Amino acid sequence: MENHIIDVRNLSKKYPSGFHALKQVNLQIKRGEIFALLGPNGAGKTTLISIICGLVNVDEGQVVVGGFDVVKQYRQARKQIGLVPQELAIDVFAFVWNTMVFSRGVFGKPRDDAYLEEILKALSLWDKRHAKIQFLSGGMKRRVLIAKALAHEPEVLFLDEPTAGVDVELRRDMWRLVEKLRQRGTTIILTTHYIEEAEEIADRIGIINHGEILLVENKQDLMKKLGRKQLILQLQHPITQLPDELNGFVLQLGENGKTLTYDYVDNQPTNHVTEVLAAIHRSGIELSDVQTKQSTLEQIFVSLVEDSK
Amino acid sequence: MNWYAIKAIYLSELHRSWRTPLQSIASPVLSTSLYFIVFGSAIGSAMTEIGGVSYGAFIIPGLIMLMILTESTSNASFGIYMPKWSGAIYEVLSAPVSAFEIVVGYVGAAATKSIILAMLILLTAKLFVDYSILHPLWMLLFLVLTCITFSMLGFILGVVADGFEKLQVIPLMVVTPLAFLGGTFYSISMLPEFWQKVTLFNPVVYLVSGFRWSFYGTADVSMTLSLVMISTFLIMFMVFIWWIFKTGYKVKV
Repeated sequence: MENHIIDVRNLSKKYPSGFHALKQVNLQIKRGEIFALLGPNGAGKTTLISIICGLVNVDEGQVVVGGFDVVKQYRQARKQIGLVPQELAIDVFAFVWNTMVFSRGVFGKPRDDAYLEEILKALSLWDKRHAKIQFLSGGMKRRVLIAKALAHEPEVLFLDEPTAGVDVELRRDMWRLVEKLRQRGTTIILTTHYIEEAEEIADRIGIINHGEILLVENKQDLMKKLGRKQLILQLQHPITQLPDELNGFVLQLGENGKTLTYDYVDNQPTNHVTEVLAAIHRSGIELSDVQTKQSTLEQIFVSLVEDSK
Repeated sequence: MNWYAIKAIYLSELHRSWRTPLQSIASPVLSTSLYFIVFGSAIGSAMTEIGGVSYGAFIIPGLIMLMILTESTSNASFGIYMPKWSGAIYEVLSAPVSAFEIVVGYVGAAATKSIILAMLILLTAKLFVDYSILHPLWMLLFLVLTCITFSMLGFILGVVADGFEKLQVIPLMVVTPLAFLGGTFYSISMLPEFWQKVTLFNPVVYLVSGFRWSFYGTADVSMTLSLVMISTFLIMFMVFIWWIFKTGYKVKV
């Protein structure tokens, strides 16, 4: 329990419009991990984050952050949270430095110029500290939002679609910063549409759809459990049909007759990879190359979300 | 109490005003000065004294009231409406601050600005009209209470409004007419008897009257009644704001 920095129990939310955004959600986030919350639009990701951060009222259930109830002990709970919202929601007429000072202060921390300088430098914003936010590019504005969320040294950082519409350079900077924060022990929860990012940086993955958590899994385990692999064999000479030796296996012959593809589940003792290769050897087919391909998290995600429909 | 948060909101709101000095400071001071020139020095010299006070001096408390009512309302409403409109309000709502601290920050800053403006106008008035303040501490009390009360009204409008136009409706269509008809430029005893009674339904009459009493010792209604009225408005708006945060009305879903 104490290892969980966030503990969501039986959380439900129904908006006045009647939309049931969350249905009995249970979710535990471990201290210091990078957790990616994936789900299609309207799945309930932002509602869940908004409730944890205090932006949306709880209908039913409980959320505890760092041992503090987000409703009854909101001060202690919120002090630990930094939020980077999805939209570029910022006072565009303010100056970068002033907005940073404001963010730190409003979260109840005494002014610390050295720390703010460090954050701005880490996000390549130091040169822009006297600039009016209005005149910054979209990517720069997003950097400011991240800097603001970090201004009070939060234990937990929520990144709600942080890389939507940002350039490659910012994405790289951001993930570098995320890695640095992880090393410091900051817990990071991100929602993203770029599933390859989750695949690259997350420790655990949660998939949400229609207000329900479909699964929460260690990334490696998820890939192992649900990931599929393909064995692709390049043939030296084209063939027109499969030889008899391969009849017992589900193999696909490529259109040019020069590739054979075999689908199997990773890490399963009964995946028959050895038998397939032995049968090919027996059939006298000569190979020029052998490849294996792992299915991506995106494919896993799509299949899970499709199944939940 | 999260003092750092109150300070952050308060200073950031004051900075917002200083970012636009022409609109925030110069414009209200200039427009009020024009009233002094036209009604105080030019037309005022041809008018008779009211209750032993020259017309130019008589309108000073009313003009200051007119200015602080509109400025407090519109400034506080913009202060909270802008972050609501841009979405930046998420930061304050997700911060470890209570509703009370949020209100102290926003309303405190709007009221401070109005008080500063009132002082600037008082100083400017000296250039055009000769006046004195009989009860300076009472004057200060009325000024502070009015600025806080109408900044609260502005805060409520900013929370409730769902468009820039609606923000302006109450200050322009309600507060300004009530201030004009609330004895800013005249004593209500100058009105026909029927209208004297009608005008007592105008809450601004009590504010102007009390404020004017603190300057010259003469008033349309008793000073105690003025004080009771301003305190009633203050409490009314406080209760309304408390209800807004209690229910999350137009703030949270």
